[in-house]
Amino acid sequence: MKTEIAIIGGGPAGLAAAVAAREAGVEDILIIERDNELGGILNQCIHNGFGLHTFKEELTGPEYAGRYIEKVKEHKIPYMLHTIVVDIAENKVITVMNKEQGMFQIEAKAVILAMGCRERSRGALNIPGYRPAGVYSAGTAQRYVNMEGRMPGKKVVILGSGDIGLIMARRMTLEGAEVQVVAELMPYSGGLKRNIVQCLDDYDIPLKLSHTVVDIKGKKRVEGVTLAQVDENRRPIPGTEEFYECDTLLLSCGLIPENELSSQMGVDLNPVTSGPVVNESLETSVEGVFACGNVLHVHDLVDYVSGEAKTAGENAAAYVQGTLQKAGAEIPLKGENGVRYTVPCMVDTERMADKQVVRFRVGNVYRDSYLCVYYNDKCMSRAKKKVMAPGEMEQVILLKSKLEEFEGLKSITIRIEQE
Amino acid sequence: MYDVVIIGAGVTGSAIARELSRYQYKTIVLDKNSDVCEGTSKANSGIVHAGFDNEPGSVMAKMNVRGNAMMEQLSKDLDFSFKRNGSLVLCFDEKDMDKLEHLLEKGKKNGVPGIRIISKEEVKKMEPNVTDDMVAALYAPSGGIVCPFGLTIAMAENACENGVEFQLNTEVVHITTKDGGYVLETSKGTFESRIVINAAGVYADKFHNMVSDEKITIIPRKGEYCLMDKKVGDYVSSTIFQLPTIYGKGVLITPTVHGNLLTGPTAVDIEDKENTQTTADGLADLLKRVAVSVPAVPTRQIITSFTGLRAHWTEHEFIIKEVDGAPGFIDVAGIESPGLSSSPAIGEYVAELVQGIYPMEKKADFKAERKGIPNVAEASFAERQELIKKNPAYANVVCRCEVVTEGEIMDAIHRPLGATTLDGIKRRTRAGMGRCQSGFCAPKTVEILARELGKDVSEITKSGEGSNYLTGYNKEDI
Repeated sequence: MKTEIAIIGGGPAGLAAAVAAREAGVEDILIIERDNELGGILNQCIHNGFGLHTFKEELTGPEYAGRYIEKVKEHKIPYMLHTIVVDIAENKVITVMNKEQGMFQIEAKAVILAMGCRERSRGALNIPGYRPAGVYSAGTAQRYVNMEGRMPGKKVVILGSGDIGLIMARRMTLEGAEVQVVAELMPYSGGLKRNIVQCLDDYDIPLKLSHTVVDIKGKKRVEGVTLAQVDENRRPIPGTEEFYECDTLLLSCGLIPENELSSQMGVDLNPVTSGPVVNESLETSVEGVFACGNVLHVHDLVDYVSGEAKTAGENAAAYVQGTLQKAGAEIPLKGENGVRYTVPCMVDTERMADKQVVRFRVGNVYRDSYLCVYYNDKCMSRAKKKVMAPGEMEQVILLKSKLEEFEGLKSITIRIEQE
Repeated sequence: MYDVVIIGAGVTGSAIARELSRYQYKTIVLDKNSDVCEGTSKANSGIVHAGFDNEPGSVMAKMNVRGNAMMEQLSKDLDFSFKRNGSLVLCFDEKDMDKLEHLLEKGKKNGVPGIRIISKEEVKKMEPNVTDDMVAALYAPSGGIVCPFGLTIAMAENACENGVEFQLNTEVVHITTKDGGYVLETSKGTFESRIVINAAGVYADKFHNMVSDEKITIIPRKGEYCLMDKKVGDYVSSTIFQLPTIYGKGVLITPTVHGNLLTGPTAVDIEDKENTQTTADGLADLLKRVAVSVPAVPTRQIITSFTGLRAHWTEHEFIIKEVDGAPGFIDVAGIESPGLSSSPAIGEYVAELVQGIYPMEKKADFKAERKGIPNVAEASFAERQELIKKNPAYANVVCRCEVVTEGEIMDAIHRPLGATTLDGIKRRTRAGMGRCQSGFCAPKTVEILARELGKDVSEITKSGEGSNYLTGYNKEDI
């Protein structure tokens, strides 16, 4: 089997990339999705708030996905469901399996990686205590409640104030559970401000910053957890322990891009994001392989995912059509002084569009600070920001005309400065 | 009336059951847990020790070296994962070289094949990630690694196929004597048997003390472990021990037979025989200790941590004998490390003891071989296609981290002694054992369990009664 562009994953990133590639004129596209329907994680995100940027209206997750699924169907873009990609070789031969067709290979000219991310587990957090039933990642609980109508627990403590945790605090409350507290290790929340207001404050659920779970009680099913305050080095402070009786602990402690397939095929990964290193075209270190969405870096708004995926889809189309210039001299982009990473990691000033969006996250809460862009050692822009927080993705826009004007450009650095 | 009742379906009980199933005994294995391999056997280092550590002449020494020698053929007969990766004991100080020599001598006396001391340079060549602050190591090429679940389940299944009964969720409460035999009162009825084998792990003292006036004490010795992602599974290739230092008895770091990296165990004697909780102090202590061998342990790759309890007898020796004054009651107690390594030999030896007490003919139709669940993740392209032709469910991947298919999960449920819980599936197939720790696959596995067992998903548990995965329906409490 052969295809021009194979898209790994039929979630928001894969769908938008497919639509963009088709609209750019590529006929032969294939979306490979492991679940039983298109839409990815949006299918379990039944709350609203999606699409304000893309569609200028407030949609639920399934509705947002539905908009793109309709377009995929309109364009008659082929897709395979409950099909798992076992392996992608460096020559873009993709090995897949499903129940209907068994195991077979697909030769692609270009590949778009859109596999999304997974949640950090209890084990990765190394939370001590027993290992009973009742410890779930927030996303697993969300799937149960929103897709199966089943409750994973009745009396709940949530660790981590990532967006899924906040959303689940509200959802579990609405479905009849008692959510006692959300504990957050850091002195700030990892979620969007609007979610803290709408999901915790509106329901009088306390958010305990600088707190973590230090013990899980219960041999068979969770019977309770102990929270403790942590010091500035995130170590529990003895004497601050507080026991919460509960039958469930939900974890919302970060998302990790799922790049096992990418690294197997030789794609270079950025240790900060755990996502592929990409250039301005969202092309990875393997030519003709592009990445977008949460597999590239974790987003907080799906609208940004769709935008990014559109770029990846268009560039993959240009690649198979032979109109994407060979990558030339690439200027490295660096994050410094509080800017944890940048996507992309480099720009080719010839290949880039007139405007290049550079997205990144900051490593701490910064108030009344300046977001600065340097060309080599020269500060080119300095914008005052009232507040920047790790939970909210930031961006700067680079103009092609300005980069081309600047003589001897060797690197671009984005940094946060005080005063 | 049974000929033999075995208390405990851990690795020891299962090994004994399998050896006894060669004979025409009517045998039953009782265990209080919902599955085999639920106690000490499920939470240990998974090491097949070479056998240099035990006192020459001890039962431990004999069983260990014999068990190690048996393991390879057994892994072929019963189709479980085993690998001879060799083991190293690092010596950190010239002043301690005599202790290393002493270990070498013990190893030679115990009959450990190929054991020798190697130089720092040789060690670094074999294991580039170990510390520069060591002077030499004891190398035992016969050391190995095994899947402790695979070994236990394989022996239990084979015993079951050869006619041994297993009754799980059955706790023995009282043992009394009757007509030269024993009556066992349990949570699920009464069992009478000519012979009782006490393979109850940390509870072996409880049962021994029911029939003997010479009391023994088995202390649960707690050991905490950290398991790391397969990404760093080749960080070391052999099992690396530490020569005890002034900081105490060392911890090990080893690849697992499935390609993860494992470090542990700490050693703390406790009282509560159910206390398998990990602790912040324990885990911190472990990581500090292992850094003595491997300074840059990739702790960011930890995917889970767990605690195991060793069944430590105060005399630190295996007790494998008919209890004085209790004819037909055989203790298999104090089976701590190297218990896993010794288990095949213990099985063989206990079967001889039983033969001595109550001889029995061999079965003509004993099946010495057992085929495990197909492993799709490790199968070749052609093998996978063959499997999928047989059952398309082998093409439906449920656990993406470990590449475990619906077909394998269905097999795990429908085999002899099939899985009934999420943990049971995990130990038989590795579904949920990968880096996401069952975040994605647990709901799907629960669904398959419910479907195949004809139950509602709300009845599915993690590890037996009281560990239900779900608590009800949305809004039912409003």
